Amino acid sequence: MRPLSVIVRTVCNAFAWFVAVFGVYVIVHGHLSPGGGFQGGAVVATFMALLLVSHGATKCLGWVRTNFFYAFEHVGLLTFIAAGFLGIGVTFFYNSLALSGGLFGSAVPLGPNGGSLNTSGTIALMNCAVGIEVVGGLSMILLYMMQGVFHVDKPTLRGKEEAGHDR
Amino acid sequence: MKFRVFFVIAILVVGGLFWGAADAVHPFGNPGDVPMDGYFLSHAQRERGVNNVVTSIVFDYRGFDTLGEAAVLFTAVSSVAALFRGKGWR
Repeated sequence: MRPLSVIVRTVCNAFAWFVAVFGVYVIVHGHLSPGGGFQGGAVVATFMALLLVSHGATKCLGWVRTNFFYAFEHVGLLTFIAAGFLGIGVTFFYNSLALSGGLFGSAVPLGPNGGSLNTSGTIALMNCAVGIEVVGGLSMILLYMMQGVFHVDKPTLRGKEEAGHDR
Repeated sequence: MKFRVFFVIAILVVGGLFWGAADAVHPFGNPGDVPMDGYFLSHAQRERGVNNVVTSIVFDYRGFDTLGEAAVLFTAVSSVAALFRGKGWR
């Protein structure tokens, strides 16, 4: 797959970062606003999709390491399970950090209020964990599919430029 | 001909069932007696210290369900990797 034109590449280069920052915002504010780990992770994975579509699979696959996203996914899932085990003294998935006064432990006033990031206990922790996992998982799906569909042989393409572009 | 009669009878029976079900649904905006919703809405802020009740259900009250969702994503990634991993790039 050849890269798209220079206009598309420039726009995707610029907007991929804004998309990534917005996705991180959605993940981090998952316990205050609509969204959360799954949705924000999908938004952040759009970063990889934009780069893959605009620059072409052959060039883009030489830039990234799959092991990076592999580690993301495993760290996310293990952190999620560990956050579930934090409250094992009562039950599995008991929210032991909430209202404890420490990390994410502030109490919220009852009724409508502005909200604070330092609330909700393990919910915020699990949001971040699931976000990391979804980022790694969806990016890995994209990379593997691009590599498999276009029969890209990865070790041979480092630093090679492609001739011409589509559209 | 016999099949046509059978289909007409089947459509009438299924349509009647659908009509009855649609007629028995509560009116829009009046969900009736739902004690569970009221419990979540009134206790989420006090018990879990969280403003977003939806998140408190997804990640706390039904955290085990979300663990299953994360496992589903993990399985999907594993199967895609197994399917698309060609002879290069091991």
